[in-house]
Amino acid sequence: MSNTESPPHGYRRPRVGDVPPNDYPRYRATALRHPAQPLVVIPQTLSEITGPVLGHGAVGALDHDLTRQHPGEPLGERIVIAGRVLDQDGRAVPDSLIEIWQANAAGRYAHVEDTHDAPLDANFSGAGRTLTDASGRYRFVTVKPGAYPWRNHDNAWRPAHVHVSVFGHSFLTRVVTQMYFPGDPLLALDPIFNAVPSERARQRLVSTFDLALTEPGWALGYRFDVVLRGRDATLGATRGFTTGS
Amino acid sequence: MPSPTPSQTIGPFFGVLVPERGALLMAAPEASGPRVVVTGVVRDGRGAPVPDALVEVWQADAGGRWNHPDDLRAAGPVAAFGGFGRIHTDASGGFTIETIRPGAAPGPDGAPQAPHLLIGLFARGLLTRLVTRIYFDDEAANEQDPVLRRVPAARRSTLVAARRGGRYCFDIVLQGPRETVFFDV
Repeated sequence: MSNTESPPHGYRRPRVGDVPPNDYPRYRATALRHPAQPLVVIPQTLSEITGPVLGHGAVGALDHDLTRQHPGEPLGERIVIAGRVLDQDGRAVPDSLIEIWQANAAGRYAHVEDTHDAPLDANFSGAGRTLTDASGRYRFVTVKPGAYPWRNHDNAWRPAHVHVSVFGHSFLTRVVTQMYFPGDPLLALDPIFNAVPSERARQRLVSTFDLALTEPGWALGYRFDVVLRGRDATLGATRGFTTGS
Repeated sequence: MPSPTPSQTIGPFFGVLVPERGALLMAAPEASGPRVVVTGVVRDGRGAPVPDALVEVWQADAGGRWNHPDDLRAAGPVAAFGGFGRIHTDASGGFTIETIRPGAAPGPDGAPQAPHLLIGLFARGLLTRLVTRIYFDDEAANEQDPVLRRVPAARRSTLVAARRGGRYCFDIVLQGPRETVFFDV
């Protein structure tokens, strides 16, 4: 098979300090799950540069509102989480699927494996999804999740967090991360948050309280922008990728 | 220039978002191309099954075309075969991918790439996504594949699914002997 077209631009590789290592002893579950062999560096081919473009059919009109999935309202502090999905050059990433999931206000997931002794909420499933608009903007309505204990170390508690999954437009822009809340005293103690080596990159995981997103008499607003890997500036600049035609 | 938002572990409870476990059906009946079934188990460094992993699949269609605007040969915006799927491993760490066998496709330097599935793996205990590929052991084009050739010869077989009966077997071993090759891409 011949490829008569120039290959498309690849994506920049993140700096080491901006990526958590998979071998991170403070987070115990990494011990038997991290690859011991070094990753093999490969060129970015069309296989990786392309990626799923998930359409509007995947998202229902109320999927962004986790407080309206049941007959009654969930308990807890109602919040708005909103922001933009951007690339490293500050360009909006439109029409990208963004998904969240989280514990309820008491710190309990609606999941059979969650055995934390805190109440479930019949009006809260804790999962939502939406698409970014033409400006890369998204908005969720939910309740603030509670902190919860875990068995990683003595008296270990996860800071309140919302899991965030973003696709972007390439397999290489895919990211699954966690959004935290500003001023949480548990952040300094959390091995998952602190596995990110660079302080600047870590702070990208902490949302900011935003009065402009706050709805009077109804819900506090938190801003969380997500930055995805940017395109390489020059054609063929990706390591190992040369123009084939 | 801002750095990308860092990855964090997917944790054990993503099943509230992706409840489907075990078997992933990638191809609608109207999608054209030969069907294949790939089945395997995700295992940790002690060989224990990983029952809380998310396996994501991205692949070309039977003609070796990806359903994406960067592939200028793509079939169009409404392809019968999307090429993406994801599945939560079952209680035994198992997963099954029922899909279309992808065609050969262009690679770097104009060299063709052998048919393969691109895999993204997430799990509790993984702070980042792991990336690997599933090749097929009855494919002569593997010998020339530009990505397989980057992999030390002794480890290449961890990327190749073995045909047994009517299906291909591909275990994902996170650590230890027969550790699967994962990529920095």
